[in-house]
Formats: sequence, structure tokens, C-alpha cells
Amino acid sequence: MPQSSFIDIKNLSVGYTSRNGKIIPVLRDVNLSITRGDSIGLVGESGSGKSTLALAAMGYFKRGLHVISGQVQFDGIDMLNIERNALQRLRGGRLALIPQNSGQSLTPNLRIGQQISEALRLHGDLPATSFDVGVIDLLSQVRLPDPVGLTDRYPHELSGGQQQRVAIAMALASNPEALLLDEPTTGLDVTTQAHIMELLRDLAKDRNLAMLYVSHDLGAIARVCNKVMVMYAGETVLTGSAKQVLLSPRHPYAHGLLVSIPRLNEASLPQALDGRPPMPSETITGCAFADRCKLADQTCHKSPPPLNHLETGEAVRCFHHDQIGQLNQKTEKSARSNPTAADKGTALSLANLAVSYSQPGLLSKLFAPQDTPPSTVDRITIDIKKGETLGLVGESGSGKSTILKTIAGMVPAQSGNIILNQAERLDMMVEKRPAAHLRQVQIIFQNPDDSLNPRHTVAQVLAQPLRLYYGLSGTPLRDRSIDILEQVRLGEHYLERLPSQLSGGEKQRVAIARAFAADPEIILCDEVTSALDVSVQAAVLDLLDVLKRQDGTTYIFVSHDLAVVKAISDRVAVLYQGRICEIGPVAAVYSAPFHPYTDALLGAVLEPDPDVAPRLTADDVVELSPPKTGCPFQRRCPRKLGSICETDIPTAQEIAPGHVIHCHIPQLDL
Amino acid sequence: MTVSSTSHQQEHGRFITVMKDILARPSGRIGLTLVLFHILLALLSPLIAPYDFKLQNSSLMLSPPSSEHWLGADHLGRDILSRTLMGGREALLVTGIATPLAVIWGGFIGILFGLVGGRVDEVLMRIVDAFLSLPWILKMLVLIVTFGTGIGVLIPTLTFFYGIPVIRVARAATHDIIARDFVWAAKARGHSRISIIWRELLPNVLDTLMVEGAMRWSWMLLAFSSLSFLGFGVSPPTPDWGLMISDARGFMSFAPWGVIAPVIGLSSLIIGINLSADALAKALGIDRAQKAPM
Repeated sequence: MPQSSFIDIKNLSVGYTSRNGKIIPVLRDVNLSITRGDSIGLVGESGSGKSTLALAAMGYFKRGLHVISGQVQFDGIDMLNIERNALQRLRGGRLALIPQNSGQSLTPNLRIGQQISEALRLHGDLPATSFDVGVIDLLSQVRLPDPVGLTDRYPHELSGGQQQRVAIAMALASNPEALLLDEPTTGLDVTTQAHIMELLRDLAKDRNLAMLYVSHDLGAIARVCNKVMVMYAGETVLTGSAKQVLLSPRHPYAHGLLVSIPRLNEASLPQALDGRPPMPSETITGCAFADRCKLADQTCHKSPPPLNHLETGEAVRCFHHDQIGQLNQKTEKSARSNPTAADKGTALSLANLAVSYSQPGLLSKLFAPQDTPPSTVDRITIDIKKGETLGLVGESGSGKSTILKTIAGMVPAQSGNIILNQAERLDMMVEKRPAAHLRQVQIIFQNPDDSLNPRHTVAQVLAQPLRLYYGLSGTPLRDRSIDILEQVRLGEHYLERLPSQLSGGEKQRVAIARAFAADPEIILCDEVTSALDVSVQAAVLDLLDVLKRQDGTTYIFVSHDLAVVKAISDRVAVLYQGRICEIGPVAAVYSAPFHPYTDALLGAVLEPDPDVAPRLTADDVVELSPPKTGCPFQRRCPRKLGSICETDIPTAQEIAPGHVIHCHIPQLDL
Repeated sequence: MTVSSTSHQQEHGRFITVMKDILARPSGRIGLTLVLFHILLALLSPLIAPYDFKLQNSSLMLSPPSSEHWLGADHLGRDILSRTLMGGREALLVTGIATPLAVIWGGFIGILFGLVGGRVDEVLMRIVDAFLSLPWILKMLVLIVTFGTGIGVLIPTLTFFYGIPVIRVARAATHDIIARDFVWAAKARGHSRISIIWRELLPNVLDTLMVEGAMRWSWMLLAFSSLSFLGFGVSPPTPDWGLMISDARGFMSFAPWGVIAPVIGLSSLIIGINLSADALAKALGIDRAQKAPM
């Protein structure tokens, strides 16, 4: 290499000591070197050791972890044997970290200006008199609007994306030479994420930074990184340039990860990567990935493969890296079940549904009756056919979860109707609904860690609906539980386990099993895959599809991920600020003509392909409440016509049968 | 095998792991040993006490420790060792009954307040706060003066007053749990309020309640001894640490053994309970100090 490496990790092994005194490695013999101007993406499932490695680059190890062997050097400084004070000066100085959830890393009771000037005081070389200028300069560098006004604001007054930018500004305050990013955009909206990615990309180039980017999101990695390292079970399995790894991966694991990502340009379900990574405490004799690998043979199970350095500059830990091509033939895309053509009637009708969270007090009702804020959700009219999957997409605050909660009876509707099976009204709250209606609508939540009671065994979890709706107990209860578990591809031996003894994907399967135990007509899926690894996500999507085919269940599938929604849905509604922008069959919504908002969303999706750049049409300002009159998207719309958008509710234009766009722009111009 | 029996096995397994964890800690070993020692002593002391605790011997008045009377004698010439050995019985009996009762009623009300929430919860909690702002001894003395002393009054009184702070703790713990999706899921399925408390909330609040109960126990012991010290607890001649300290404090300058023995008895029990509670909290993983960032 022409340049000497700036961050240099050599043969690093990190582990913890188990209760019975054994040393259990979390990172095994990892090498990583980053030169200035390089930006390396670290990829892998949760538990692969990628965050541990990134933090090790700062000489930091989580409680309980210790270095078994190896070296970590930063610009020639030995980070493992450095004096504490010197290390402190380096961290946040020449070496800055941008963590996930930066909103939590900002102090809530200090103004933005104070926080950034503190960073300047600690690490910068500016004189104290020019801190104010420095702060404003930093805020404009991270492209925050109105930097002067922003210095007086508190963190909670900013949106998630703005908080993330402030965190980046703070990291830049010390003029760092290296930047470590740990899932910096996870939890942000697509448009916000795309904007932050562009910012990071430019910063890295302008400042010639050495960047280490940890993420499970291959789309984000493709956008900012020029090299990628794939980790599995604490080992490097593949390194190479972003193009090599993302476009023609030479390792079956990387291949599996890539095909498990749902993509916008494909209509089928992604291919699931079966199995799960070994736990750190398991002893591995051969290749760690052998159990999940379609190419594995005797050798793979017996001896561990070495890291082969190829002529192309890649390094791959696989005996069969020249046979990856076979995987493409072996994988046949599982075509998604088509909606049954025969019209079986409407499962659920939402008629002019409105929901409002604001509860005006008595005084404001008396004195300013007109001054009520606009409803959070308004004018939602959708008929969902039996056996259909309706996807609801939109950014956070688009009201998609509120709609689900209203259908489930957990949030009261302000006006409008919810009608089940064309006859029964579901307008009342859950406490007042008859038992028969309760059974017919079930909900699956985003995070299985949160939706399963940590004190209940799987048997107890499944017993809840079975006892409540069917009065089962004893042997029939147990038999039915096993039956349901087998449907979600878990066995009888899972019955006695607690959620803490299950992996993320298994937990979500249990949550799905619990919903199906009620044998419902409609299942409300609230971001059910967004807390899962991509490989697991594909399996969960596939399971949902299979179950739907068996039982003819109707899904309402809420997600912020447009590709996931495209993969699973028959029909999609795009929501902004609680109002429908566009609704129609999946193929129609995902192709022109678009509503300007749909266009902005689709343009911002980051594809795991370094050659594809996102199109950023609308800016990423987050609005807290919908406008009182006119089009909900008026304030961010790049194609706003004029005052008509501010005063009149856009008309519903039927582009094709069932495909409706709510916009003032004439159909032919959309 | 039914579902309920499997859940018992899980609970059983957890009990064993928690006990093992407690015993693996020095604080747990010392604390539990002290507590068990005191309970054993309270049960067996009538058999092992060398003298009758009521027996007065005027020739022994305020005599220092000797080979016959290891811990000396009090101002009425009664054997201090025998009285100290038996001095914890009443306290353990009363607090041993009142503590679980206080945790049960306080815990139930606290969970209910937490579940109901809203304005009702706010108003009721302000009443609880008002109650807590009064000095406890004042409130208790009012009741005891009205209804008289004796176990029949002390147990309900202690149960009532020591249940009130448990309400706060149980309510706060419930608030942490109630926003989680599994409670939402249970509500959405249409479970009754009782079922939600019993199945979803209680198992998750139970750990906090157990630790709180252990802490309340030591506070209650101190309160009981204080009442005895003031003459509102155990009536003479029944031996009790608080009463013994009160009786002997006048002679402390020349016969300190009369105070030292019951003080050691009382403090060793309270320290034992506190150490056990500490180990229990750590074993259950709800020790706040451990969660602090490095």
C-alpha cells in the first residue's frame, strides 16, 4: 500500500471469562487497517463482534471484555498500553465516535451551543473568544438550517435527524482525523438517513478522514464506504472493495446476507438465510458458517478455513470461494403468494377515520372553540379485502401506527367508522368490544423483546389467547400450543423456554404464533421486522406469507422500509402526516406516476449497490403537526404549485383502477 | 404434564439460581446466616436460656458479667443473657407477620394505581404523599393510644403504615412495565384487569417487591423496638430489646452491659436483613448501582 495505515489492528482477539473460568473469545484474530481517506464498512449480524471491533479501535472494551492477544495502533500509538490521560485526549480528540441514538448522547439540560462549545474547549485549539463563531461554523458544516438560532435550543426541541447532525458537529469540533460510526442512522427515517449519508460522504472526502462505519444496513455502507469487511462469529470472513463485496461477494455468508435484503426492483420475497450464528461459548471445529452454508462439505465441518488473500485484493475465509456462482443457481426466488383473484368480500373498512391525540381542556373549548389543532390522522378511507395484505408506509409521525392502534381499540377514533366483515362496527375501545371481535383482530408488535413478557415461558405466552378465546386447558391446550409452534417452525422443546433463552428471530416467531393462536381474520403487523437482522427478516417475511396462504388471513403491514412493504404487500398506502397521499396496487405505487412524496421516499432508499446514488428531492425537515388546511405535504413538497396547495385539500385522482393519488398536480404531469 | 406444572418448574429453577447467586456473595452469606441464626434463636431460646427471664434476684442487681451470669444482670437482678436471647421473639413475630402483609396490600394497591393511571392515580398518590410527609412515630402513636397496645393492635398498625411506602415503589415499578408492548398486547386481546395484574404485571414487579419487603422488614424492626423503647410496644415483664435498652439506659455509665447486649442483638439482626436484601437485589439484577455507566 502506498500510504501507511492510520488505524492498525493486528491479530486482535478479545474475550470474556465465563463463570466456570473459561476464556470465551468474542473477536478472533482480527486484522484491520485503515488509511486516511479510507472508509471501511463493518458488516455482520448482531453478535458478530462488529461493534466490539470498532470500539477496540479506540482502545475501549465493554465491561467484562479483555484483550487476549494482538495489537491496536492509532497513528503509531499503542492504544492498549497507553497512559490514561493521553488516551482520554485522543478519544474525542483525534479520534471521534458517533454512536447510535445520538439524541441520548446529548445532555438534555444544556443548550446546543453550550454543548458544542464544551467540545471545542476540551479538544479544539480555538481561543475562547471565538467559540461562538466556531459553533456556528460547525453547525453550518453539518448543514443545519439557521445555525445561529439553533445554538439557543435544547436537544429535545430538535428532530432525530437534527440531533444526529449535532452529534456529528460535536465529533467534528476537535478536528478529528478518524471517525468511528456505530450504526449512526439506525432508527432514522429514510429521507433523513439519505441526507446524513450524503453529509458523511462529503465530510470524509473534504477532511480526508479515516472512517470506520459499523452498520447492519448494507445500503448505507454502499453509499459511504469504499471498502467492506464482513464479520461472522467474531472472525473476518470477507474483505474487499465495496464493489467487490456488495456486487459479487466471494463468501457464501456475504452472499446470503445480500440476497436476504428485500430490494425495490424485485417483486418477490427475499431469500432467507436459515439458521443462526454460533454463540461465542460454542466450540467450533471447522468453519463457523458451515452449518448454514449450502456449499459446505466434509472439510468445512472438520477444519477451519484460513483467510485466503486473492489476487484481486480481496481476502476470503472459505474453501469454496470459487464456487459462489453455484449459489445463484441453487437459490430459486420464492414467489410471493398472489392474492386470490376471487373477491371474497371486505374484511375491514375504514371510513373517513380520524384520530386526535389532543384533548382540549374545558377553558380552551369555551373560549377558543375553533383553535383545535388538526387531527393526527384524518380522512382515512380504505377497504381491505379478505386475504389481502395492505402495506402502510411513511416516515415516523405519518400516523401509520396510530391507525393500527385505533383498529385494535387502544386509541379512540375521533370520528369515522371501522367496520369488520361489512357488518360489525369496531369503533369502540377494546374494553367494550365483544369477545368475538377481539379474537378476530390480533396485533404483532415491532420488538419481540418488548412484546413478550420476560417472565412467561413460551407455553404461558401461547396459553394466554388459547385460554381466553377457546377456554383450553390441560392436554388440549398443550397439544394446540405444540401445533401452533410447529406452524411457525419451532418445536415442542421450545415450550418451556423463557424469552431470554431465544434469539431475536425465534422471539418474533413466538409473537407471531401468539397472534395466530387466536385464529384471527385480521393481523396488524407493526414494524414486525425492523428490530431483526436482515437474514432473520427474510425468514419472518416468508413465514408470514406461508401462514397467510394457509389461513387466508388479512394483514395490515406497517413499515418504514419501502422495500419490505413492497415484498410482502398486495396493496400499499403511502401516508404523510396521517393523511393518505397515494394508494394502489403495489406495482402501481412503486412505478410512475408518483405522488411527490412517494417519489421523495423512493428516491431516498439506499440500495446495497455502490453504483446507485439516491435522488434527494424533498429536504428532511421533520414536521410535528399537519398543516391546518390544504395538502399535508405542502411544506416539504418540491413540486408545490402555489397557494392552492395551502388552501384546498387535494383531489383524489384515479390514475388506474384502484390507484389513487391525492395531489393538485394534473395526472399527466405526475 | 400440564402447562402450569412447567411454569412451576421454571419458577423453581429460578429460585435455586437466585439462592445460589445470593450465597455466592459475601453479603448474602453473612446476611442470611445472621437472619437464620436469629430466627433459630427465637424459636429455641425458651429451651436454651439458662435462667427464667422473669426471675428477679435483688442480690444480683446490676452485677457485671460473671461465670454464672455471662452477661451480668439488670437493675432488677434478672439474667441479661436469658433476656437478650428471648428479646427478639416478640419483635420477629410481629414484624414477621406484618411485613408480608404490608408488601401484599401496598403492592396490590400500588400496581392497581399504576394500571389505572390518569387523574385518579394522581389524586390518590398525593394523599399517599401527604401521609408519608407526617412523622411515622406520630401517626403510630395516635393509633396505639386510641386502640391500646398488644400484638392485636401492633400488627395491623405496622402493616398499614409500612404498606404505604410500598405503594409508591410498586406503582413506580408498574409504570416501568405498563408501557411495554406485552401489556398492550394483553389489553388488545381483551384480558380483564385482574388477569393483566396477575399475569403480566405482578411477575415483573415481584422482584422489586421482594427487595422492598426485605428493606421494609428492617425498618419495621427498628420501629417496633422504638415503640417498645417508648413503652408502647411489649409490656413488661416480657423481654424485648427496645424495652431492655430503655430500662438499662439510666445505668449506662456504670453498668453498660445492660445496654450493649440488646443493642448487639437488634443491630446484628437488622444488619443481617439489610445484607440479605442487598444480595437479593443484586441476584435479581435490580441493583441500581450496577447499572451505572463506568
